[in-house]
Amino acid sequence: MALDLDSQPGVARGTLQENEIRGLDALDLGSSAPPRAHAVWRAAWPKLAALAIALGSWQIVVVSGWRESYVLPGPVPVFVELGHRLVVQDFWEAVGITMTRGVVGFVIAAALGLVLGVLVARSRILRAAIGSLITGLQTMPSIAWFPLAILLFQLSEQAILFVILIGAVPSVANGVINGVDYVPSLLVRAGRNLGASGLTLYRHVVLPAALPSIVSGLKQGWAFAWRSLLAGELLVSIANRPSLGQYLNQSRELGDTSYMIALMIAILTIGIAVDAVFSSIEGGIRRRRGVAVSG
Amino acid sequence: MTTATSTIVQPVDRSSVDRPAVVLERVTKRYTGNNGILALDGISLTVRPGEFLTLVGASGCGKSTLLNLVSGLDQPTSGSVEVNGRAAFMFQDHALFPWLSALDNVATPLRLAGVGKKDREAQALDYLEAVHLADFAHRRPHELSGGMKQRVAIARTLATRAPVLLMDEPFGALDAMTRDLLHDELESIWRERNLTVLFVTHNVREAVRLGDRVVLLSSRPGRVVAEYEVSSDRPRRIEDRAVAVLAGEITDALRKEVARHGA
Repeated sequence: MALDLDSQPGVARGTLQENEIRGLDALDLGSSAPPRAHAVWRAAWPKLAALAIALGSWQIVVVSGWRESYVLPGPVPVFVELGHRLVVQDFWEAVGITMTRGVVGFVIAAALGLVLGVLVARSRILRAAIGSLITGLQTMPSIAWFPLAILLFQLSEQAILFVILIGAVPSVANGVINGVDYVPSLLVRAGRNLGASGLTLYRHVVLPAALPSIVSGLKQGWAFAWRSLLAGELLVSIANRPSLGQYLNQSRELGDTSYMIALMIAILTIGIAVDAVFSSIEGGIRRRRGVAVSG
Repeated sequence: MTTATSTIVQPVDRSSVDRPAVVLERVTKRYTGNNGILALDGISLTVRPGEFLTLVGASGCGKSTLLNLVSGLDQPTSGSVEVNGRAAFMFQDHALFPWLSALDNVATPLRLAGVGKKDREAQALDYLEAVHLADFAHRRPHELSGGMKQRVAIARTLATRAPVLLMDEPFGALDAMTRDLLHDELESIWRERNLTVLFVTHNVREAVRLGDRVVLLSSRPGRVVAEYEVSSDRPRRIEDRAVAVLAGEITDALRKEVARHGA
């Protein structure tokens, strides 16, 4: 077999070209990511240390005798009380009612906020009309809405829902508006050139690109909803609808401070847990997009 | 056979049987707003179907404006732009969607065209194979190197099934080695698929390496100064003597253009 390289330069070049490009790819991509167990511990220990310091300081204040122990009990009686309550059905019923209100209010707020955000982001007139109002509404303390809400809806679920919505909807809408505003114009141009326009452009390019900001808006919306909800439950107590806020108020009136602080810890824990869910969603989004996450 | 010939611009023969891929006729683009900059001034250009046309010029020659007009992303102030079929754009920055895998990025134009999930994924994989990236289909853009991202972008552009490709300095940000390999890749793809390419670059060597014809544009406003037919055989290499000779000639003309602005 005669070796005639010149007669098939195309073939030789083709395979060489493929090998070259594959070789370069192999060289370009570095090694894999570091193990995760280490990262979990690195994230966990500062939190555990902070918790220990907080509990320790609380105990020191109690031991110092600054207030009578029936006004400010120490961490031990409070956690013992919390332990008792955790096995009682009343407590879980209250958690259930409060959480249901929170989740329902948040879901409605998220839906309204998304629609409102997209409308304001798209319409120059709407933006001029209510853009700054949406930001302004966030500065309004939610508790200031309750007198009006009670007049409009009496002491009812609707009064609480009203205040949740008015607190959370602007946050969600703001997240959407900011997200849409900061979508790189290059991606929009690319999307248009690939055949997207109008609603499909929103669905396939603008909203996915704005997702990190939308999730931040939702997270903030939840925080506003949760705060408004607890404020509402302190003011608006509805018969046969026990809730965390209502128990909090009752325990103060009855002077049951261990229970009161135990409830506060429960409320804080729920808030932190939901926040952690949002943070993990945010972290996942950033990781998938290759935006560095620290900590 | 490595001789380069050059010809100064003459009206292109319109009697050819094939309908031209792109025709620009006395296209002028003036931007409204800050002082009404005249970006393009009376550009007439005909691109043959299957031609690889490269456009070179210094800053401010309106190269990108020209591509925007051809793609339909922008409208000319006067004159007409005619494209036979669709023109797909490829940018200097890959412009991949960071939330989608390479495969889903490539499948996006198919999805927008209403192709079903199974079909579009199979087709997208074929397009990725064309740029030798089928093995990386499920990686996200940030997990790929710069050159690989540009190849995914090429695959995504191919997936639009547009007969005309507009490329705005697509390899400008890559290292020389990767760029050389991508020249080879692009050249094979262009030949195999019979595409028409309008390729903008400020790198004269690159323009000669890739183009059937190189169009030199002046700056502020952009006008066609000269056209050069590149007749050396393909596949070429950027180191080829013929490429270097013609590139030298074009660079001299380009420098003269730039010097006019300093006088």
